Amino acid sequence: MASVTLDNIQKVYPNGFKAIHGVNVDIRDGEFLVLVGPSGCGKSTLLRMIAGLESVSDGTMKIGDRVVNNMEPSKRDIAMVFQNYALYPHMTVYNNMAYGLKIMGLSKSEIDVRVQAVAETLELTKEQLSRKPRELSGGQRQRVAMGRAIVREPSVFLFDEPLSNLDAKLRVQMRLEIRRLQERLGITSVYVTHDQVEAMTLGHRLMVLNEGNVEQLGTPIELYERPASLFVAGFIGSPAMNLIRKKVSEDGSSITIADGIELELGNTNLKSHKGEDVMLGVRPEHLELAPGADNALPLTVTLVEHLGADTLVHGHFGKDQTDLTLRLNGVQSVKSGDVLPVSITKDNIHIFDLKTEKRIDL
Amino acid sequence: MIENRPLLKILSHLILIIGVAAVAFPIWITVVAASHDNDRMTQLPLPLWPGTHFFENLDIALNQGIWGGDGNGVAFMLLNSLIMAMMIAVGKISISLLSAFAIVYFRFPFRMGFFWMIFITLMLPVEVRILPTFEVVANLGMLNTYWGLTIPLIASATATFMFRQVFLTVPDELLEAARIDGAGPMRFFKDILLPMSQTNIAALFVILFIYGWNQYLWPLLITTDQDMYTIVMQIKKLLEGGEEAPQWHLVMMTSLLAMLPPVVVVVFMQKLFVQGLTETEK
Repeated sequence: MASVTLDNIQKVYPNGFKAIHGVNVDIRDGEFLVLVGPSGCGKSTLLRMIAGLESVSDGTMKIGDRVVNNMEPSKRDIAMVFQNYALYPHMTVYNNMAYGLKIMGLSKSEIDVRVQAVAETLELTKEQLSRKPRELSGGQRQRVAMGRAIVREPSVFLFDEPLSNLDAKLRVQMRLEIRRLQERLGITSVYVTHDQVEAMTLGHRLMVLNEGNVEQLGTPIELYERPASLFVAGFIGSPAMNLIRKKVSEDGSSITIADGIELELGNTNLKSHKGEDVMLGVRPEHLELAPGADNALPLTVTLVEHLGADTLVHGHFGKDQTDLTLRLNGVQSVKSGDVLPVSITKDNIHIFDLKTEKRIDL
Repeated sequence: MIENRPLLKILSHLILIIGVAAVAFPIWITVVAASHDNDRMTQLPLPLWPGTHFFENLDIALNQGIWGGDGNGVAFMLLNSLIMAMMIAVGKISISLLSAFAIVYFRFPFRMGFFWMIFITLMLPVEVRILPTFEVVANLGMLNTYWGLTIPLIASATATFMFRQVFLTVPDELLEAARIDGAGPMRFFKDILLPMSQTNIAALFVILFIYGWNQYLWPLLITTDQDMYTIVMQIKKLLEGGEEAPQWHLVMMTSLLAMLPPVVVVVFMQKLFVQGLTETEK
């Protein structure tokens, strides 16, 4: 059990490329932190720096009370699950799990007790323990990779996109298992993924990374309800948030959405953006149908996706044909060509500065 | 491509059969000749079917040698050849494994320079550098020793290059997983890299054993003491009977003995050999 503290952690490659621009985070004991971002954002690099597989260019990294900047991976008291599992192909499942313990110098009987216990936790049968990794299915290999991490009884678990090689159904199942396991063992975990659903469901807190910068750090709900930047707004949530560029009125009290349709906001921080363009964000699930309302937008439907539980409606409105997606509950009898009255309410909007791309709190 | 033309089939089989016969017939003649006595081998026509003196000839070839010889036979030469071939194969594999390991997994100054230096030795087989190499071996006092027979042949790049390619196919994650498991470099080499290269090692062993066994020029140069002769050198000497007619039955028996070990090695290691050369999945 240990906390992990990153203090202004930076990574500069020998060719001068700066992969991580100073990350500060205090991962609490027992916390599940998810690093999320598009590929190339530096999330895997950061994880590998915690693991000790990449050197730290600047800053201080602590696991528990120990500074680990220059410590060998094996001394850091961590365990890692790799994307392609990285099981030793010539060893049996049992030996894969026992290898690290053997090097630690544990006795044969102690190793056996630990491996058997972990195998039971992960529901690996005796027969599977004596097989080679290539004789197992993807999901089983995944389990063995987890087993190899658990059996070390580390203070910190590191996961590098462990589910991305599994099919969709298995991914959902393993996601739940990882969550349960982490809660039961209470081991501090850092998990890297590019899948925002995985990130939202697994993490106590999420760190959204973009080009080596931390865009936002917070709980899944904080990120969903109050995205700190345009990037986070577009990244978290599926289908993605509608982001439309609109003008703030001259007195700063409203935003012009379409000809004659004003979104009244009253006396807010928007006063400092009088007459400027801003980015207005509304999640598809927060748009409502409002027949008869006087400020409803006439949305011309162009495409309808029926998902069963929801219906996604794509369309556009206004002179400039602004695109908009909305999500309606259940099965709806909408078809392309229809014109729907859609209303935007001021409680569910997000506004971002176009220049800084940061959130403007109302 | 599936073709079904009977004439083509017959023709292609004919060509194949001729090919097999061209290779197999001389070997058959060797076996046949090795099983007759000297009198039969001097009469025409030469026999095409085996005789009854095989084991007798075997005994003579191994333990007495040809008439007028020193009565030693070739048994000790078989042993010399075996020791030489084994030393070359094992020595080459061990050195190449270690140098490939260094080149692939360690960052040291002039790493690629060293790799290319090793690689360039491919262009310099023993035959090309035979005089300077002889000079070196002679000055080191290694004439008529197993070391002299093998060391110049051990130093070469083929195997290093092959193991480098094998190691490059091992995923980096395995090294990382091993580092997290606490394995140091040599432990990783012993526990992970070696077992994973097993089939390649076996394939190379077969090739190098045959290479070592078939050495002719170098042993001829480096050995003056009869105790150090190898079997392949001896085949030529068998025909230097002076006044006497060659004793074909013993010549053939000795040839047979010289052919046998490489065949045995190939037959017994065939499965690993093929795997090692074709398997790419790690």
